[in-house]
Amino acid sequence: MDAFEYASPTTKEQAVALLAGEWGSTELLAGGTDLLSLMKDYLVTPKRVVNIKSVQELKGLRYTAGSGLRLGALVTIAELVEHPQARKEYPALIQAAEGIASPQIRSLGTVGGDLCQRPRCWYFRNGFGLLAKDEQGGSLVADGDNRYHAILGNSGPAYFVNPSSLAPALIALGAKVQLFGPGGARELSLDRFFVIPKTEQDREYALKPNEILLEVLVPPATKVRSATYEVRQKEALDWPLVAAAVALNLDGNKIRTARVVLGHVAPIPWKAPEAEKVLAGKTVTEDLAAEAGQAAVSQASPLSRNAYKVQLARVAVKRAVLQAAQGGV
Amino acid sequence: MAEYKWPEAGKRALIGKRTNRVDGPAKVSGSAKYTYDVKRPGMLYGKILRCPHAHARIVSIDTSEAEKLLGVKAVRIIQGPGTEIQWAGDEVVGVAAVEETIAEDALRKIKVQYEKLPHLVHEEELEKVGDRAKPAAEQVSGDPDSAFKEAGVVVEGYYGLPVITHCALEAHGCVAEWEDEQNLTVWPSTQGVARVAGQFAETLGLPAGNVRALMQYVGGGFGAKFSPDRWGVETARLAKQAGKPVKLMLERAPELMVAGARPSAFARIKVAATKDGTFTAWQSESWGTGGIGGGGSPPIPYVWNPPHQRKRHTAIAANIGSARAWRAPNHPQACFLTMCAIEDLAAALKMDPLEFCLKNIALTGERSEIYRQELIQCAELMDWKKKWHPRGDPSVGPIKRGLGLAIHTWGGRAHDSECRATIHPDGSVEVSLCTQDLGTGTRTVVAIVAAETFGLPVDAIKLNVGDTRLPPSGGSGGSTTVGGVSSSTRRAAQNALEQLFAKVAPDLGVAPEQLEAAGGTIRVKGNPSKNLTWKQAAAKLGVTPIHATGKNPGPGNLNSSGVGGVQMADVSVDVETGVVKINKMAAVQDCGLIIDPKLAESQVYGAMIMGICYSLFEEKVMDRATGRMLNPNMEFYKLAGMADIGELVVQMVTGPEHDSRGVIGLGEPPVISPGPAIGNAVANAIGVRVPTLPLTPERVLAALEKGGVA
Ligand SMILES: Cc1cc2nc3c(=O)[nH]c(=O)nc-3n(C[C@H](O)[C@H](O)[C@H](O)COP(=O)(O)OP(=O)(O)OC[C@H]3O[C@@H](n4cnc5c(N)ncnc54)[C@H](O)[C@@H]3O)c2cc1C
Repeated sequence: MDAFEYASPTTKEQAVALLAGEWGSTELLAGGTDLLSLMKDYLVTPKRVVNIKSVQELKGLRYTAGSGLRLGALVTIAELVEHPQARKEYPALIQAAEGIASPQIRSLGTVGGDLCQRPRCWYFRNGFGLLAKDEQGGSLVADGDNRYHAILGNSGPAYFVNPSSLAPALIALGAKVQLFGPGGARELSLDRFFVIPKTEQDREYALKPNEILLEVLVPPATKVRSATYEVRQKEALDWPLVAAAVALNLDGNKIRTARVVLGHVAPIPWKAPEAEKVLAGKTVTEDLAAEAGQAAVSQASPLSRNAYKVQLARVAVKRAVLQAAQGGV
Repeated sequence: MAEYKWPEAGKRALIGKRTNRVDGPAKVSGSAKYTYDVKRPGMLYGKILRCPHAHARIVSIDTSEAEKLLGVKAVRIIQGPGTEIQWAGDEVVGVAAVEETIAEDALRKIKVQYEKLPHLVHEEELEKVGDRAKPAAEQVSGDPDSAFKEAGVVVEGYYGLPVITHCALEAHGCVAEWEDEQNLTVWPSTQGVARVAGQFAETLGLPAGNVRALMQYVGGGFGAKFSPDRWGVETARLAKQAGKPVKLMLERAPELMVAGARPSAFARIKVAATKDGTFTAWQSESWGTGGIGGGGSPPIPYVWNPPHQRKRHTAIAANIGSARAWRAPNHPQACFLTMCAIEDLAAALKMDPLEFCLKNIALTGERSEIYRQELIQCAELMDWKKKWHPRGDPSVGPIKRGLGLAIHTWGGRAHDSECRATIHPDGSVEVSLCTQDLGTGTRTVVAIVAAETFGLPVDAIKLNVGDTRLPPSGGSGGSTTVGGVSSSTRRAAQNALEQLFAKVAPDLGVAPEQLEAAGGTIRVKGNPSKNLTWKQAAAKLGVTPIHATGKNPGPGNLNSSGVGGVQMADVSVDVETGVVKINKMAAVQDCGLIIDPKLAESQVYGAMIMGICYSLFEEKVMDRATGRMLNPNMEFYKLAGMADIGELVVQMVTGPEHDSRGVIGLGEPPVISPGPAIGNAVANAIGVRVPTLPLTPERVLAALEKGGVA
């Protein structure tokens, strides 16, 4: 990696003051499980690395029945997984978190880092750029090996999938994020945090280059049954091929409203309103769950090698719905 | 002269008993030092600039900026302007610097211009490879045309396995240090310490005796670590140029890109049987690549030899990196192609493949009786008779279970080996030979054989290996090591003992031939109370130790070749997701006289795990447009974890008829069968053939689209 200046601020104000106004010249360091690989592979080459681990306000996990769960950006995935109330109230989130990588990664990796980690697209990671264009400006992905790429939201120029396991669950649970920049704090619904980049200079999230993610707020979910179902080929140290997070607002056996969000299918966590519509007002049965799965992929347009992911997404939604209805365990 | 033979079953103190590997504590505690751990005074770090294109001509190279960088001590052009590069990742310039990071920075300052040339990195579709195809002549035996015409059942299928890499835990590389202009010491990570030293000498134009190679531990090789490789030789050249020792180990990405490619194999196969299930004919059109050189041709039909055959193989020159032997070269491919076709034939006959194999067992030739017994044993371990069902698990729900089987063979004949046994007057014992322990247990085997012969405990043996100043022993490939080192050690130890007997016989008042070594004593046969302790006996040597040499090949029947094995797999397939899980695998394996059953089983376990990896996960994914490997990392080059392996059961076949064959190698054979055993189990579970490995959800779902239970 290239040499860089290392800064270790202790307040969020100091942190954002150390960030540059354009992407690339500065990077934030949390657990470092992604950033260090990106730097070693010269995929990012910051002149300054801003370590935020000494910023106390970014830490802390708090749950109250009234306001729900507050996750500081620096809460580690292991802390989240071990939190008794989070486990009880937000099964979809915990199931997603438990599947992440390995104990080592979970104890270093942070919630903020999981949401802001960069795509694992193998063209991007091999140095062909975020949008992986060839010399003529065509897409290497669309004509190449896209077995792990997007089946939705893939009209271009981005074909990678959003890698975060936590994001679909958090969005299904209605989470918001607090961002902080030179102008102060702003709040954003998490589903609006992720964006599909249009140019090589863009990022995959709505942060400005000199903003940081402060915290994630998850509303109380006492009346919600949730679940995440991931299709993984390997049991450990592997990425899900497809994931579905479902949150059902139940009235007895009947679904009042549902939220369905897919992971690893699009450049952003992918909301499936078509599936939500199928579920609303109905009683959960195996057939209904399958119908929701079918609806979730009704807009899918697979690339040359990833049609199988359409089937996986269908099944993931079905299984997540059934799992949520059974109490989310 | 001593009669060289293994002790009889009743008289073995150690051979055939479960001894823990002697290097276990060193490895677990971290005191075992690998090449990766070697650090020499003043040592520099080497790095290599690699070509980013799969096929290109080097136009120009400018290293001037790199040379100016502070801390850079040597820059060498490895392949200069005009050179045609045949795979992405091939070596272009080498750099040595005082720190790894500086060497890395220096590489980024080197400017190379390339003229890109057309490349080929995909060979699965034979129609699309154009003039890269190099077809061999057709081979015909019997009368295949009539056989197919007269057959009761004919089945046609397509099967294949992609190029995979070796993925040893320790990457390739070495440390090189010049004593003076003419004398070099290398610490390689190699499967053949003695041999690699000679190759360094030859390439560098040094007298053979001027290169010393030293290696105590190696983190795996699997067939890819025999040569010094261009990077190894360049390490020595950089060290010479810089006047300092240089260490150059491949990073994981080049390790996967350039340091090993197991050739692929694809085939369209037609097989025939009579209505009652007699296997009569085989026809195959096969192809594959092992890199630009083409790659080996799998020996098909494998193990089975039906009377009528027609086959043709086409080697394809692809720009993917060079082929290297991969644990049982060509056999996993041949076994997969053959056993899958046979399973499909049995399915078409509505026969249990176990029945089909037993019925046709004579077609396996001289080892057919052993195979028959092994099939029956393995079936018992799997509860096959009870669990097997015809193609397509009829049970409800998305999880389908199935069983599959395969059989394999291997040579494993002992390599050349020379061993020196030393008995010191103080009673201590040394055994010295320039072999290497790949993690297979070579050290332990040598120690057991020496200890058994001397009647001493294993820990009484001081072992010296991995140094070219010791008597030479062959490279560890072809499962040849255990036979070679056990035989040379046995002969050396027997020779040493003979000298000791001669020395002490007068004291015990008997002829030397009447003595034996057992239980830490030298004693009179049939009168064990008449004895000297080992120490007392050795003390009779005065000041001169005994040095005795033993060689392989040599007198006495201590080893032979030819083993068989059977493996069966029980899998579950989720037909909605295409995810395959291994429930259980069983292996029944013979390998002659087994020195240490614990180590032998461990070889089989390891091989089955490696087999599960290539059956379910491994693939060197190449990008058509750029010609680059897309998964040169351990993230997307997937290997099994503990939870992916399932229950493994190993049964070694032993008994007097196997003991009498002497020692035979084992490292490779058990890695041959997992592919077809698992592939056949999946076909049995879901009712349709998934034609190519690895059995990913993508491939399983694609097969299910065409048929089967879903
Ligand atoms: C083998 C492997 C398998 C994995 N599998 C999974 C998986 O299945 N699911 C999954 O979700 N993840 C998976 N991961 C990724 C892992 O979860 C992330 O690497 C980790 O969560 C990142 O957190 P971190 O704190 O280490 O981030 P860092 O590496 O420190 O940062 C990652 C990125 O986020 C930015 N960033 C970090 N914190 C903030 C903040 N507060 N505000 C703004 N920007 C910020 C950084 O600048 C950087 O660009 C896997 C990783 C590996 C290596």
